[in-house]
Amino acid sequence: MNTIQIPFALLLTFALAIFTWLAWSRLTLLSIGRAENRFDRPLKRLKAVLLDAIGQRRVISRPFGFNHLVIFWSFLLLGLANGEFIVQGLFPGFSLGEFLPSQMHHALLACFDVVSLLVLLAVATATFRRTLIRPSCLEGDYVSGRSSDAFLILGAIAVLMLAYLGLHASEIALGRESSAGWMPVSNALAGLLSTLPRTSFLEPLASICWWLHALVLLAFLCYLPASKHMHVLTAIPNCFFRTLGRANTQKKGEFTPGASYGVAAVNDFSWKDLLDSFACTECGRCQEACPARVTGKSLNPRQVIHAIKCNLMANADSLRLGGRPELPLVGDPAEATLDEKAIWGCTTCGACMAACPVCIEQMPKIVELRRHLVQMKSSFPEELLGFFENVENRANPWGIAPGERTKWAANMEARPYLQGETEYLFYVGCAGAFDSRNKQVTSAVARILDAAGVSWGVLGREEKCCGDSVRRLGNEYLFDQLARENVALLRERGVRKIVTHCPHCFSVLKNDYRQFGLEVEVIHHSELIRDLIAQGRLQPENIGDRTGATFFHDSCYLGRHNDVYEAPRQVLAAATGSVPMEMARNLQNSFCCGAGGGRMWLEEHEGERINRERVTEALSSKPDTICVSCPYCLTMFEDGLKDKEATDVKVYDIAEVVALGIRSAVQ
Amino acid sequence: MQVISCIKQVPDTTQVQIDPVTNTLIRDNIPFIINPYDGHALEESLRLKDRYRFKAVALSMGPPNAEATLRKALCQGVDEAILLSDRAFGGADTLATSNVLATAIRRLHKQEEVAIVFCGKQTIDGDTAQVGPGVAVRLGFTQLTLVDRIEELDITRHRIRVRRKLEGRYEIVEAHLPVMITVVRELNRPRYPTVPMRMAAAGSKVQVWDNSVLGLDPGSIGLKGSPTWVSRIFSPQREKGKILGNGLEEPRGAAKQLIEKLVAKDIIGTRY
Repeated sequence: MNTIQIPFALLLTFALAIFTWLAWSRLTLLSIGRAENRFDRPLKRLKAVLLDAIGQRRVISRPFGFNHLVIFWSFLLLGLANGEFIVQGLFPGFSLGEFLPSQMHHALLACFDVVSLLVLLAVATATFRRTLIRPSCLEGDYVSGRSSDAFLILGAIAVLMLAYLGLHASEIALGRESSAGWMPVSNALAGLLSTLPRTSFLEPLASICWWLHALVLLAFLCYLPASKHMHVLTAIPNCFFRTLGRANTQKKGEFTPGASYGVAAVNDFSWKDLLDSFACTECGRCQEACPARVTGKSLNPRQVIHAIKCNLMANADSLRLGGRPELPLVGDPAEATLDEKAIWGCTTCGACMAACPVCIEQMPKIVELRRHLVQMKSSFPEELLGFFENVENRANPWGIAPGERTKWAANMEARPYLQGETEYLFYVGCAGAFDSRNKQVTSAVARILDAAGVSWGVLGREEKCCGDSVRRLGNEYLFDQLARENVALLRERGVRKIVTHCPHCFSVLKNDYRQFGLEVEVIHHSELIRDLIAQGRLQPENIGDRTGATFFHDSCYLGRHNDVYEAPRQVLAAATGSVPMEMARNLQNSFCCGAGGGRMWLEEHEGERINRERVTEALSSKPDTICVSCPYCLTMFEDGLKDKEATDVKVYDIAEVVALGIRSAVQ
Repeated sequence: MQVISCIKQVPDTTQVQIDPVTNTLIRDNIPFIINPYDGHALEESLRLKDRYRFKAVALSMGPPNAEATLRKALCQGVDEAILLSDRAFGGADTLATSNVLATAIRRLHKQEEVAIVFCGKQTIDGDTAQVGPGVAVRLGFTQLTLVDRIEELDITRHRIRVRRKLEGRYEIVEAHLPVMITVVRELNRPRYPTVPMRMAAAGSKVQVWDNSVLGLDPGSIGLKGSPTWVSRIFSPQREKGKILGNGLEEPRGAAKQLIEKLVAKDIIGTRY
């Protein structure tokens, strides 16, 4: 074996140098990003790593993920075998058996052997998937499921496994392997080889397999940092540094004179944002979950992350020297890496983040890009000018007079919130106060609260828009203004508990306003109604015969962003006598109605309407009633059903269903 | 050279209510906004500033709280904002108002040549459309009203060509500078201030000129200088309607009754 030592040592040194240089030149680029503390609560972070990275929890949440689980764990195990292989190349005669008890060593050898076969099967399955099943999630603007990158890597893994088994089989056939009995696969292969000539075939075969294994292993090492397989290095740290807070609660803007706001260039992102771009495995789960992408918009969350990486690499030289990037990040697609139009397609539903197996945070980056466009360049879709001005001047998106905020209560008494007397502030929200269909939901909630004897009151004309859409659209300056005024008002009134039927108000009051010092109990009407029913304070009559086949649609801001999944379902179960039926995409995988992220105020010029896609999905289950828990979802479903001419299907907010039962009881 | 936009702070008419007893506007808690047409006038002055490096000045006559509107003009990018405010200016009609504005503009003109004065075509509270032309007459500027497009501006030859949007037709008009232009909404889309612009505006001041600066004869300004005055404001009474037929039970019959009524009043025709 002496003849291989020197060339192998040279090749190994060369490969390690290339690997180190490629990985180093990429990872040091992270220092160009802005500072951000992602080191707090290390134990919680470690737990996330154990579950999501080591345990592959997110990976196996999709059926095909199991295949990756096999490859990942085999990779970890075979890491030991490969380590042994490399040391053997330098110091022939080295064996792990010298350091381990023989039983353990034998068990390991058996593992390596069987696992190699499993990996071969996994590679075959992956190839079959890419060539014959061709899932749409693998296709994108910049990458194809059948790309040479993908097959190169699968091929390399397959050759590694074949070479490993071939080497051991020929060694066994040559009678040089003392632990042959512990290698079932190699042993079986050796059986096939045993009749072949020793010197003219088996010995050269062993040498060829050894060199093949060595060369592919070293080549793979060199190729890894330059390919999507960089995730082998970055995915685990990326899971460690994931946000522990709610990713949809964007960072609070600080308005200091002379500063720039939002992200204009790639070096305005934080180091973690840049790490995200190196952690992307290009699996395409985010684009498959993205409502904008699915309906044919130019936004593709995978593309956004890839564009950040490309832009960073393209500008690396000037950025390293402390200069400004030459290639623009956002703008006209002919000149910049990212199409500015795509930035406006996001509904901030968070489906991309929920789907990502390596905890990439796509959506907050889009909001940061919007922040720059709105706040520094005043560049946004035309429809938003009126929206921003209405919110700024009249504190509601429609620009209706604030004096009309209590008109929903024309047929009932809307009491003002009184400090010390009223228990719950009913935060009606703009849709609940001004949108004629949603006013009916507001009345239903009020009737329910009255029926249960809950003490509630409203702010009336002093209530202002919570600022959800404003913030998601990147107008942090205006959001800041609204948040300060609202928090001051809520404090002045001594509000302790808030109930709201809009998940957007709910999320903003509960999460975003914390950044402005508001610490009050915020509860969504689904939770309050569930509790009232559980306490026996509310006994709605069963109206299941009127609602028929009832489906529930998860609102992104209630479900994915605030983990409230069960409360609305329990309310519906109590009101209709049966657990609501589920659409194909539900719970964490629910599909947005299309109105989040400020999209409520924008036209959909590209592709199909998102609400049409969702309504089509709902109609495939032949529902009689679709229940929602969000004013935006209500509007989008009603519009979508009209669009599909399915007006016999009813859309209700869960409160309306309960209120129907209460009214019947009174009659 | 400088361009001036005359802007007025008006009550947000969607929120205005009239006191039925005194027949005056209830001004409590009513937000004020920039007169929407004036927003377009302001925007056009800023576009000329961006393109020709003119100095842009916003001018407003009103009570001290009109400073808020001028502050917004500063956010949008005007170089100077001047509030013409004096108790003596109060109660002015369009004549007295244009007198004050023209005097202020003449004063500015002495410092630096004024090329164009932009005004909204009318205000949404007074609706007279008289102040712009009144200012032009007092300054001796050519007046170009209802402009929806500036076709050409030739600074070296001191000429401007604009398109006027009239009922059913357009008119292309050419004139020598200086001119007073009243603008319609179609002229432009007002900009949304960026955050740096807002923060820069927070540091700059709105100048206040009272009559000691302008030195006008007290008889020519305010209520004393106004030959017209508002004697009464009221909202037209609307009688409560009646429910015809029984639409719930018999919608076709109710629809037929409605059609007959509309035909009888000649609102819809019978031939189609």
